Amino acid sequence: MVSTTSVRPVSAAVPAPRAETEPDPAPKAAARGLSFYYGEVQALKNIDLVVHEHRVTALIGPSGCGKSTFLRCFNRMHDLYPGNRYEGEIRLYPDDMNLLDASVDPIEVRMRLAMVFQKPNPFPKSIFENVAYGLRVRGERSRRTLADKVEQALRAAALWDEVKDRLEEPAFNLSGGQQQRLCIARALATDPEMLLFDEPTSALDPIATASIEELITELKSRVTILIVTHNMQQAARVSDYTAYMYLGELIEFGRTDELFIKPKHKQTEDYITGRFG
Amino acid sequence: MRTDAPQPPRSAELAAMRELIRRHKRADIVFGLVGLVCMMVGVVTLLVLFVDLMIDGLPRFSRDFFMNFPSRHAERAGILSAWVGTCLVMLVTMVAAVPLGVAAGIYLEEYAPKNWVTDLIEINVTNLAGVPSIVYGLLALGLFVYIFGLGQSIATAGLTLALLILPVIIVTTREAIRAIPVAIREAAYGVGATRWQVVADHVLPYSIGGIMTGVIIGLARAIGETAPLITVGALTFIAFLPPSPLRSEAPYVSFEWLLSPFTVLPIQMFNWVSRPDEKFLLNAAATGIVIIVATLAMNALAIWLRYRLRKRIKW
Amino acid sequence: MEQVGVRMPVAQSVHAARLAHKRARRLKESAIEAVLFLCALSAVATTVAIVVILLYESLGFFEVVSLREFLTGTVWTPLFTNPQYGVLPLVAGTVTTAGVALVVAVPLGLVTAIYLSEFAPHGVRETVKPFLELLEGVPTVVYGYFALLFVTPLLQKLMPELPGFNMLSPGIVIGIMIIPYVSSVSEDAMRAVPMSLREGSYAMGATRFQTAIKVVLPAALSGVVAAFILGISRAVGETMVVAVAAGQQPNFTFNPTESAATITAYIVQVALGDLPHGSIAYQSIFAAGLVLVLMTLAFNVIGHLLRRSFRERY
Repeated sequence: MVSTTSVRPVSAAVPAPRAETEPDPAPKAAARGLSFYYGEVQALKNIDLVVHEHRVTALIGPSGCGKSTFLRCFNRMHDLYPGNRYEGEIRLYPDDMNLLDASVDPIEVRMRLAMVFQKPNPFPKSIFENVAYGLRVRGERSRRTLADKVEQALRAAALWDEVKDRLEEPAFNLSGGQQQRLCIARALATDPEMLLFDEPTSALDPIATASIEELITELKSRVTILIVTHNMQQAARVSDYTAYMYLGELIEFGRTDELFIKPKHKQTEDYITGRFG
Repeated sequence: MRTDAPQPPRSAELAAMRELIRRHKRADIVFGLVGLVCMMVGVVTLLVLFVDLMIDGLPRFSRDFFMNFPSRHAERAGILSAWVGTCLVMLVTMVAAVPLGVAAGIYLEEYAPKNWVTDLIEINVTNLAGVPSIVYGLLALGLFVYIFGLGQSIATAGLTLALLILPVIIVTTREAIRAIPVAIREAAYGVGATRWQVVADHVLPYSIGGIMTGVIIGLARAIGETAPLITVGALTFIAFLPPSPLRSEAPYVSFEWLLSPFTVLPIQMFNWVSRPDEKFLLNAAATGIVIIVATLAMNALAIWLRYRLRKRIKW
Repeated sequence: MEQVGVRMPVAQSVHAARLAHKRARRLKESAIEAVLFLCALSAVATTVAIVVILLYESLGFFEVVSLREFLTGTVWTPLFTNPQYGVLPLVAGTVTTAGVALVVAVPLGLVTAIYLSEFAPHGVRETVKPFLELLEGVPTVVYGYFALLFVTPLLQKLMPELPGFNMLSPGIVIGIMIIPYVSSVSEDAMRAVPMSLREGSYAMGATRFQTAIKVVLPAALSGVVAAFILGISRAVGETMVVAVAAGQQPNFTFNPTESAATITAYIVQVALGDLPHGSIAYQSIFAAGLVLVLMTLAFNVIGHLLRRSFRERY
């Protein structure tokens, strides 16, 4: 299976500008020859992919294709479980450090690249404490700073107006969509360099989904976004770049409009036209 | 292979973050050690207790110790009446508690409708598990000894301990039954089996291992129980054995032993511990070894059985 | 279940036989169900019997002793020629030993539970848990021996003035004894916390310790509180350890380095003697038992209320 023909190598991260579109922005992160193993099972095979700064990059593909596994490499969530192994690199720019390097602490990686999960997972704490969690983990004690940053994050997550009068209420009182926006606020509160979304709307109703999608589009001016979605329409709506994965391989990667209108690979075409997957 | 070459202006911030992480991870390591130490307190206590008993009691072990009755002279005293008493009391306990507990477990899992009576039964089972054991002794003293007139006998003791371990057996029976997939029951009902046929032919045989585990744990607990039997009035000095259950003439069996006075191992040990004479303390330690080996062996058997079952059964 | 039979004359006898068989079968099924139901009812019967016996015998006791004397008197000497029936010394002894036990068991049990649930490698957990379960299986009279003849002499090396019978030593031993209860119930509660919450915390850059203390423990709080209640209940009802090692003299004190009798130790002491059925001393152990049952009941109620308030908070 040919897998990486359409992937821009990092050395050519700034390709020749095309007439009809703006040039690709600088890379924020790039996977290089990334393979991943759950024990003996190889879940990712030699993936190369560039995530551009202040853009939304979507990962699509049938379930079990490895898109979530790939996403979870970016903040080293796999380190939590024994027997997992990475090969290759994920480079983070502008530092140009390899996130997967053994000398890099996964905790540092997670502090810099925040994640929003499939199901909203607010902590059993108040709304305020949920958003403040990352700051507290970093040792922030000043009540003022906490209050300021929590407000900023809640505003950025478009939740402030709904919760400003009940910050001390338990987060579980919020609706599913609100909880997910709370989790986004929690991720934003520490000013991460990248935001990783793992199917963030799969547990939500259509209205809540729309509000999250709108939010993602707004957030990209602030932070680089990588999002896994099982919903192709969602990828088409929110992303600037899309990667199609299948059985642990990256089949095709490109600008979303190009990939959806003129896929280069038969497999990609079959998937996005719904003939398979 | 650090490549921090094109350092953005955040380098100071990053350095602070790394220092913070180092500090936090030190807390992790410290807690890991503290946790290990705390966990080992229990294990070490168990070992120390065992070694302590061994050092004190092992020299007393001999054939005579097992074959003699208690005596005023520590060197001549033995635990014959105590271990025979324990065996007989356990027999009564098992005969009373196992059918009752298993039947109750089956009822609650397979038959019980969802109504207030079932709720009441379940609340009672949970609460009984939390009632202090000595309270069962008071119950037995009032009910079995005086109202039923069974006196301070093996029957009273066996029934008392049966009530005490009933919740254990009910709960483990229910767990074992619950582990059987609904599909198996549906398959049996599907070919026209009645409820009892499903229970007798499928549910019971498949859950017997789990039920056995509960029975063993329950009996292990009963063997070591002391307080309720003291309350019931177990004697501490018994220099005779209960009448034999076997007779030479018809009907060849006798149940006279059920109403015989008795003592059991933990009570014998308690009695010897309470004596000021140090020589009796050695007897107590030796008795303690017998009790602890019996209970630990039964518990280990149950743990092993559960482990085996977990590995073997793949629904 | 009613089956429509084929009503042909030839088949009639067969049909009748089958009906009779079906009726017999249904009767048998109902009989079995009734028997099983009665067995299940034995749990209720036991509770009722406990309550009735305790109340009935206590009532006889309270005909002689006023409730006021019983609850406020500070001297408990029912076996003396000039008996006094103030239960407070027994309650003080019970509370003190249970208190010492909790001081030992709560931190050790909680840290053990957090360690087993969040820190221990799989191998360590699988090796140590059976040992902790065995700790639960050791008969209490053996713990009593251990308290009296090992722990007390050890403590006397640190505190030379400690009497041979004291509440400190049995309290410590009971504490170690209930660690498995406290830790295994707390651990179950913590392991029931969904992995997604832990991942949410780790994804924010939290360490294991931070995740355990700030997220897992608060989320599992109701179960952890339940574990403590279970532990308190065990400690209050524990008999043999205190009967062997704490002494049998009622002593109105909360000082664990003194000797004192607990409620349970008093019952044992009276039961060991030869008391005439129906005498006031005989009835006094039921009154003491009633207090014991009420205390454990009270702890359970407090525990449930606490649990509910925690659940409301989170």
